Amino acid sequence: MGIEFRNVSKRYGLASDSPLAVDSISFRIEQGTLTTILGPSGCGKTTTLRMIAGLESPSSGAIIMAGRDVTTLGPSERNVSMMFQSYALFPHMSVLQNVSYGLRMSGVKNADAAARAKDALSNVGLVGYDDRLPSELSGGQQQRVALARALVLEPAVLLFDEPLSNLDARLRREMREEIRALQQRLHLTVAYVTHDQSEALAVSDQIIVMHQGHIAQQGAPQEIYERPQNEFVAGFIGDAMLFSGEAGADGWVSLGPLRFMPRQSHKAGPVKVAVRPEAWLIERDGSGLAGHLEKAAYLGSYFEYTFRTMLGDVFVVSHDLTDVLEPGVMVTLGLADHGVSVVAAD
Amino acid sequence: MMALMAERGSKRWQGPLRVLALLPIITPPFVVGLGLILLFGRAGVVNQLLESWFGIAPTRWFYGLPGIVIAQWFAFTPIAFMILRGVVQGVAPSLEEAAQMLRADRRRTFFTVTLPLLKPGLANAFLVGFIESLADFGNPIVLGGQYSVLSTEVFFAIVGAQFDQGRAAALAWVLTLFALAVFAAQRAVLGKQNYTTVSGKGDAGVPMVLPDGVRRTIQGVALPWIAFTVVVYLFAFAGGFVKTWGRDYSLTLDHFRAAFSLEWGQFGLVWVGTAWNSLWTTLKLAALSAPMTAGVGLLIAWLLARNAFRGQGLFEFAALLAFAIPGTVLGVSYILAFNVPPLELTGTGLVIVLCFMFRNLPVGVRAGTAAFKQLDRSLDEASVMLRASTLQTLRHVVLPLLRPALIAALVYSFVRSMTTVSAVIFLVTAENELATTYIIGRVGNGDYGVALAYCTALMVLMSAAIALIQWLVGERKLGRRSARVELSASKVV
Repeated sequence: MGIEFRNVSKRYGLASDSPLAVDSISFRIEQGTLTTILGPSGCGKTTTLRMIAGLESPSSGAIIMAGRDVTTLGPSERNVSMMFQSYALFPHMSVLQNVSYGLRMSGVKNADAAARAKDALSNVGLVGYDDRLPSELSGGQQQRVALARALVLEPAVLLFDEPLSNLDARLRREMREEIRALQQRLHLTVAYVTHDQSEALAVSDQIIVMHQGHIAQQGAPQEIYERPQNEFVAGFIGDAMLFSGEAGADGWVSLGPLRFMPRQSHKAGPVKVAVRPEAWLIERDGSGLAGHLEKAAYLGSYFEYTFRTMLGDVFVVSHDLTDVLEPGVMVTLGLADHGVSVVAAD
Repeated sequence: MMALMAERGSKRWQGPLRVLALLPIITPPFVVGLGLILLFGRAGVVNQLLESWFGIAPTRWFYGLPGIVIAQWFAFTPIAFMILRGVVQGVAPSLEEAAQMLRADRRRTFFTVTLPLLKPGLANAFLVGFIESLADFGNPIVLGGQYSVLSTEVFFAIVGAQFDQGRAAALAWVLTLFALAVFAAQRAVLGKQNYTTVSGKGDAGVPMVLPDGVRRTIQGVALPWIAFTVVVYLFAFAGGFVKTWGRDYSLTLDHFRAAFSLEWGQFGLVWVGTAWNSLWTTLKLAALSAPMTAGVGLLIAWLLARNAFRGQGLFEFAALLAFAIPGTVLGVSYILAFNVPPLELTGTGLVIVLCFMFRNLPVGVRAGTAAFKQLDRSLDEASVMLRASTLQTLRHVVLPLLRPALIAALVYSFVRSMTTVSAVIFLVTAENELATTYIIGRVGNGDYGVALAYCTALMVLMSAAIALIQWLVGERKLGRRSARVELSASKVV
C-alpha cells in the first residue's frame, strides 16, 4: 500500500492567512519500504506524519493510499498504526490490556485478543510482563509495549514518531535494527520521523529532508549524503561545514588555496562548498590550506580536531590513530575525493 | 489546603478528612445557617456563655454580613476541595522530583513547581466559589437580616408584595454580568499554558512529601476548620434532639417520631410520618438527574477540551450561564417557559428534574475541564489510532482516568439536587413536595425541632449515598507508586 502526497499544505490556525506548517509538499512512499522524514525541530515533519495518520487533515492537497483518496478519512478508516513519541501507553491498563486494546475495540473476543496480544509481546521480546502497569516498566520496555500494541493490528502502514529519542545510545541502535528487521520481514510500509541523521541513514530506503515546511530533498540515503542539492541539506546531513567558494568558467571550484573538480558542473560564480569532517586530509608539511590546531578530542576510534584556517574554523574527524596531533601544531589540509559537495549559493 | 492534606499528608487523616470536608455540601443551605444561629445567634450558646462569663449582652451581631460570609465559607470550601483533590492527584511526581534534583529543597519545590501546577484547579475553584456565592440564596435568607443581596432581592421582587418581574429581571442581569466578568478574568489569568501532567508514560515518580512549614501551616488551618465544622454540625444535630432550643434542653425523640414514624398497617408498611412523602420524591428526582447531569457535564467538558469548533467560546459561555443565574430566577423562568403548551411541564416531576440538571451542569463541566487540562492528548489519539470509535475512547480511556471528576460531578449533582431551595421553591406542588421546601415550611411554622430532625436524617442519608458512589465509581488508577509500597504493587496513591 503505497502512500502519495499531492501538493499537501497545512495551516496552523483556522484563518486563511495563518502560517503554514507544511507548504505544498509532494512525495511518494513505495509499498514495503521504510521512508524517513528527517529535519530539525519545527520543519513540519511531525505534522506530515500526523496527516498520514489521519490525526490532522490537510488544508489543501490530496493524500492517496493504495490508490484510494483518503484525504478526508479518519485514522480508523485507513489501515494505519502509529507509535507515539511519548508512547501514549494507557496508564490505567496493564501491559496486556494495552496491547489488546486495538483488537478489543475492533470487536475481537477477549480471549482471542489476549492470545494475539501475548504473541505480539513475545515478538518484541517481552514475555511475562502481562500484568504490569506502564509505570512499572523501563523506557525500553515501554517502547516495546507500544510497538507490540501497534503491530498486533497487522497494519499496512506503520508510523513512528521519533520513537528512539528517549532511549540510551546502545538501546537506540538495537531498537532501530529491530524495527528495520521487523519492517523487512513483514514487508510493512513504514514512515519514520526523526531528527537524528545517523538513524535515518541506517534504516531507510528513502529519506525526505524537510526544512521550514518544504521538502529540501528526497532520495536514497547515499544520494542525500553524497549529493546534497542545496545549502540546507548540505549543511544538515553529515555535519558538513559550509564555506564560500568560487566556481570558475573551466569547471574547477576553488576553496581558498585549494582547487578541485566537483561531481556536477556549476556555472561560474560564487558557490557554497560543503565539506564533511572526514573529507579533510591532514599533512604535516604539504601544500594546501594552512591550519593551526586549536582543539583535539579523543573518541576512541577517531579524533576530533578543530583547526583555525583562513576559511574560518574547520572541524575535522581523523581516523589516523598513529600520528596524533598536539594542540598548537601547524598542518596543511587538503580535500579527499569523497565527502565534498558543491551547492549553489542561496 | 485540605486537598493537599488529603492527598499528600499522612495516611490516617485521609479517610476522615474526605468525609468531613464533604459535610457542608450535603446539608441543605439553611442547616449551616441554623447551626450557626444556634451557636452565635441571639439565643445561641456562645452568646449565652459570653453573657454568663463576661456579662456581654447578646446582640444580633451575627446576622448580616459576618454571618453570610462565614456560612458561605463553610458551604463552598468542600466544592473547592473536591476539584482540587483531583488536580493535586494529577500533579506529576516526576516534576517535583526534577525540581528537587535541581537543588530546590522541598519548600521551594512546593512553591515554585507544585503550586503553579495547581493553577487551573485553583482558578476553577475560585470561579466556582465566587459564582456560588453570588447566587447563594439559602444562607442570606436565613442569616441576612438587614443585609440584602441580589439573590434575595430577586426572590422578594417576585414573591413579595411587589411582584415586579421587571425588577427581578434587571437584578438578574446584573448578577449575570458579574459572573461573565469573573469568567473573562479567569481566562485571562490561565492563558494558554500547558498543564499536561497525566501522560502516556507511566510516571514512576513518588509524590513529594509536603515541606514541614507548609505541612504545619496546612494542619494549623485545616484541622481547626474541620473541628469547627464538626462542632457546628453537632449543634445542628442536637437541635433535632432537644425539645426547645434556648429554653428547654431536655432530650427527646418526639421530633423524629413526628417526621418518620412507621407502622404496620393492613397492607404492609405504612409511612405515617409527615416527612416520608417529600423524602421519596426528592430522592427519586435527584437520583434521576444526577447521572444525567454528570454525564452531560463531562461530555460537554470533553467537547470543549478536545475539539476545536466554531462557536466554541459561545458554547462554553452557555455552559457557564447556568452558573451565574440565581436559583430564584431560574425557577421563575422555568415556570414562565413551561407553563404554556406544547411544553406544559409545570407541576410535573420532569420540570424539577430539568431544573436540577440545568442548575448543576456547570460543576460537571468545570470539574471535567480542569481534569482534561491535565490529560495528555496523545492518549486520546493513541486510542483513535487503535481503531477505537469516539465512544469507545470515552468509555475505556477517558472516563477511567477522569474518575475524580466524575465522582465530583455525581456527588455534587445528587446532593445539590437534594438540598436546593431557591430554584425549586416555585416548582413544587402538593404532589411533588421536596424535602427542602418541606423543611422551610416547618421552620416558617416555628417547628425547629422537626426541621432539624429532618435535616439530620437527610444528612445521614446523603452520607450513605456519597459513600456508595465513591465505592461504585472507585478511585482513579493512575499507576503511581506511593512512598512505602513495593514496585510490584499497583495501588493508586
